[in-house]
Amino acid sequence: MTDTSATDMVNDAEFGDYFALLKPRVMTLVVFTAFVGLLAAPVSIHPFVGFTAILFIALGGGASGALNMWYDADIDAIMRRTQKRPIPAGKVTAGEAKSLGIALSGLSVIMLGLATNWFAAGFLAFTIFFYVVIYTMWLKRWTPQNIVIGGAAGAFPPMIGWAAATGGVSVESVLMFALIFLWTPPHFWALALFMRNDYDNAKVPMLTVTHGRKATRAHIFWYTVVLAVFALAAGFTTLGGPVYFLAAIVLNIQFLIGAFKIWRRDEDASEKDNFAVERKFFKLSLAYLFLHFGAILIEASLDRFGVWA
Amino acid sequence: MSIERQHDLHKRRFSRNLGLGLVLAAFVVLVFGLTVVKVTGGDVSQAISGTAGQ
Repeated sequence: MTDTSATDMVNDAEFGDYFALLKPRVMTLVVFTAFVGLLAAPVSIHPFVGFTAILFIALGGGASGALNMWYDADIDAIMRRTQKRPIPAGKVTAGEAKSLGIALSGLSVIMLGLATNWFAAGFLAFTIFFYVVIYTMWLKRWTPQNIVIGGAAGAFPPMIGWAAATGGVSVESVLMFALIFLWTPPHFWALALFMRNDYDNAKVPMLTVTHGRKATRAHIFWYTVVLAVFALAAGFTTLGGPVYFLAAIVLNIQFLIGAFKIWRRDEDASEKDNFAVERKFFKLSLAYLFLHFGAILIEASLDRFGVWA
Repeated sequence: MSIERQHDLHKRRFSRNLGLGLVLAAFVVLVFGLTVVKVTGGDVSQAISGTAGQ
């Protein structure tokens, strides 16, 4: 054994490094929203089939995460937030990530089709294609609206969950999509405001860089206004009910106030308190999405047990 | 780099092998479970009594 090969093996990957390629934190969001989509659907599904469906929707999401890490390895190596990912850390090669991503994409789509229906499977395949090709390869490095487009990929899981149960699309599933789709830009732009140098260095055209921080603040506010309209509209469909309305009203008022403060703040004030308002808004955005979907889940469970009937 | 019987590298390799083994075993159980549910239409007692599909 030569010295070189011995050093290569020092960075040998362990199982967890391959798992990290699947972006487990993003996967938890996919699992949760797909689960809500599946349970909110008016068609009941065998629990084991439902479990399998969610598992493979999550795996499909993970596979697209691995393909994203393969393609974005150059950017990830520059940004502080992503430097410890398995490829920039030298644990897994880019080629391995690509192979794993392609294999798991195929497996997840086929298994979802076999477990539920081919419409849901096709939808999952489209989502992977959308995230990897349309977002990662094409738009992320080209347009400052990258976050908006990427948000669409993250917004598909509840629709896939719904499709796994019903075999189709409906107003309810489109509104669940809208909830995540419109939530993503304010969420990420708030992050971009306080993680500022990261995206500049990696030359990713974030809105903060291309149109300035003032424009980003305005964008956050106006997206939040549109989001609030859609979030409340969802309450008037079968997704809604007293619990959902209560959650939606409280959360949207808080979110609008936070967005308004961000819009009205100038850079000096933000500098002074180290972006306290922006950080608070970012944290609130996590609770915002979780609690909206939590409320939909509660309504669906109450419906099943006939509480409001 | 000294040569030891049990190097850190072996630990990582073992973690990979064990992880993959468990994933494959879980996949087998999953496909079996799915088959039972699909064939019996959700009534697992049919699979146990051998009357599924009749």
